[in-house]
Amino acid sequence: METLRFLLDNRTDLAKLCLEHVRLVFFATLAATLVGVPTGILLTRKRWLARPVLALANIAQTIPSLALFGFLIPVLGAYGIGALPAVIALFLYALLPILRNTHSGIDGVNPSVREAARAMGMTDWQQLRLVELPLAVPIVLAGIRVAVVISIGTATIAAAIGAGGLGTWIFRGLRMSDDRLILAGAIPAAAMALLADQALGGVERSFKRPRRQLAKAAATIAAVMVALAIAVFAGAPKPATSGTVTVGSKDFTEQVILGELVAQILERDTGLHVERRFELGGDLCHRGVVAGNLDVYVEYTGTAFTTVLKHPPISDPAVVYRAVAEEYQSRWNLVWLPPLGFDNTFAILVRGADARRLGLRTISDVLPLAPQWRAGFGQDFVSREDGYPGFTRAYGLRFAGPPSEMDLSLTYRALATGQVDLIAGNATDGLIDKLGLVQLQDDRRYFPPYEAAMVVRGELLERSPEVRTALARLSGRLTSEHMRRLNDACDGEHRSPAAVAKEFLDNL
Amino acid sequence: MSAAARPIVLFETVSFAVGGRRILHEIELDVREGETVVLLGRSGSGKTTTLRLVNRLLDPTSGTVLVEGRSTRDWDPIRLRRGIGYVIQETGLFPHFTVAENVALVPRLEGWTEARQKARVRELLELVNLDPEEHASRLPEDLSGGQRQRVGIARALAADPRLLLMDEPFGALDPLTRSELQRELKSLARRLGKTILLVTHDVREALLLATRIALFREGRLVVLATPAEIRSASDPEARAFLASQSAEEPSAEEPAAGQPATQEGE
Repeated sequence: METLRFLLDNRTDLAKLCLEHVRLVFFATLAATLVGVPTGILLTRKRWLARPVLALANIAQTIPSLALFGFLIPVLGAYGIGALPAVIALFLYALLPILRNTHSGIDGVNPSVREAARAMGMTDWQQLRLVELPLAVPIVLAGIRVAVVISIGTATIAAAIGAGGLGTWIFRGLRMSDDRLILAGAIPAAAMALLADQALGGVERSFKRPRRQLAKAAATIAAVMVALAIAVFAGAPKPATSGTVTVGSKDFTEQVILGELVAQILERDTGLHVERRFELGGDLCHRGVVAGNLDVYVEYTGTAFTTVLKHPPISDPAVVYRAVAEEYQSRWNLVWLPPLGFDNTFAILVRGADARRLGLRTISDVLPLAPQWRAGFGQDFVSREDGYPGFTRAYGLRFAGPPSEMDLSLTYRALATGQVDLIAGNATDGLIDKLGLVQLQDDRRYFPPYEAAMVVRGELLERSPEVRTALARLSGRLTSEHMRRLNDACDGEHRSPAAVAKEFLDNL
Repeated sequence: MSAAARPIVLFETVSFAVGGRRILHEIELDVREGETVVLLGRSGSGKTTTLRLVNRLLDPTSGTVLVEGRSTRDWDPIRLRRGIGYVIQETGLFPHFTVAENVALVPRLEGWTEARQKARVRELLELVNLDPEEHASRLPEDLSGGQRQRVGIARALAADPRLLLMDEPFGALDPLTRSELQRELKSLARRLGKTILLVTHDVREALLLATRIALFREGRLVVLATPAEIRSASDPEARAFLASQSAEEPSAEEPAAGQPATQEGE
């Protein structure tokens, strides 16, 4: 019920996400059909190829999508973020069913029919065109149907690489522990899959009885394809012009709010068209702004200093800011605008009850207890040098086992429900207060500062100086308290980042 | 040998092997213009393989098959096949083609005009006793087994070939339809002067249709004789076949083929 109301309230967004979703599936399965059907035919002609090629298609289907994205970013360069890598991944997944069905459909033609065709004096091409392909059509169509249904489901992962689609709501819902959002993405996707299954099943059945209406069915398919193509192209974004600014964000709530703040202030105070590429995983924002896919996003000084520039962590905020600003300028012509005002450093968190019962105030207080404790960390924290490895080394911490590695938002739930005893969250996280967690003091001053600041492409500032003026209005205006409140408005009260950002700007 | 009886097909010491396994041993056989030679034998005796060597669905391992005086190896297989009619047991009709499209296939491949194709289809359907008005636009699945086989024969005759190859053409039919079609084929062959090479394991069919019978056993042609000669032959395989004739159908070695089929006759 609640989900239904949400979908009704957000029907414009829903339509946009559905359209993005359909577009991804359409191009991926179209490409898979254009490649898969001829290849499948080839396999029936060069029989020794069948086994290795089918095995290859099988392997392609097992590649984890995120691993594939990571590999595609450097390969695709400027197109590494957005629809292209998503379509490539979906294409690889859709290839196997189409390839396999084309191959087995032609291979399965009644041998006496095949022999008759040969004995009548048909050439190989005539056998294929007049006999084998027409008889294999229902099976080939079944393969395409399977590919489309699989793609509709799998296309939800496209959100992880900035390609949009219904996965955007699913991922956001997972991050914000918001079941309503998860369902708002999952239900339309499931409905779309069922609908496609039914519709393509109907087309398939009309082909099963080979009659005069075959031509009619072919005409119907062609009409549907054309209609779909028009819808898909009509909804395609206009090519980026010099009047466009692309704003990026990383894949957690605070970043989406910051992305909205940046995007909305640019929309309000400059005449530029703003393109949003939010919720990009890993270091896609950095890669994107360097490659020119993005013009501006909010980065944290500590992340830039240690993860991007690979310097050993230091704790003086001013020194870190100056260092990253200079190095970004000289290496990539990227400009660090003055900090926004808050420091989102890592927060080592425990349950409030534990802190009170055991008198825990600092991280060092945990040292004697740690061997009996379990820790849970987000993938990001576990893998980065200034995260888990450096942190445990600096404090000489040892836990009961290796840390549970999970999605960051899940670590909060895991801590609150007692599955782990210590997590690393973000200092501005709204969930800290909401779940009654306590932040332990970093008494050895291990964690470097993570001051948030906007990173902008130098070319944009030269081309459109009004961008700098507009963005400067945000500098120094966001305290940690502000940020925690904004985060809680989204994570806790389930309000949309866009609305929360607008309210903040209106009161600025 | 008179000009009217020159061999259309001639097997010269033909052997055929697959993967070292010999299927045919040194076959010597001539098929003369206008005669019906029936290849008779049990399953696996090599008769179908012999048939498939004629239109180059297979090439001999050694020896030569001559069609109209020319080795099949020197024929373009497409040209060779379009000049030879071919009928098989399960008819091999194209299930997605109408009766008319099936019959007109070779003329269409040969680039005949639509009008000429249409006229030919009419003529052929009438020849095999099918009403063109009623049957031309039907699909094979809407026909009875006997009707399908009539279409198969019409298709084989479409481009007016001198030679017809038939591989157990009536094997899947019920006994009544089968004998009806056998009689029609016999009169058709005489009327049109076609040369026919027909494979069967049914000795009655062989005795009824054949000008000469070629009896196969384990890849060898053991007897080549007229039906009258076969009836008095001393060869044990020939005697075994004749003995099976006096027994009731179905014939002993391939019961399935003799059982009444589910399709009803016309």
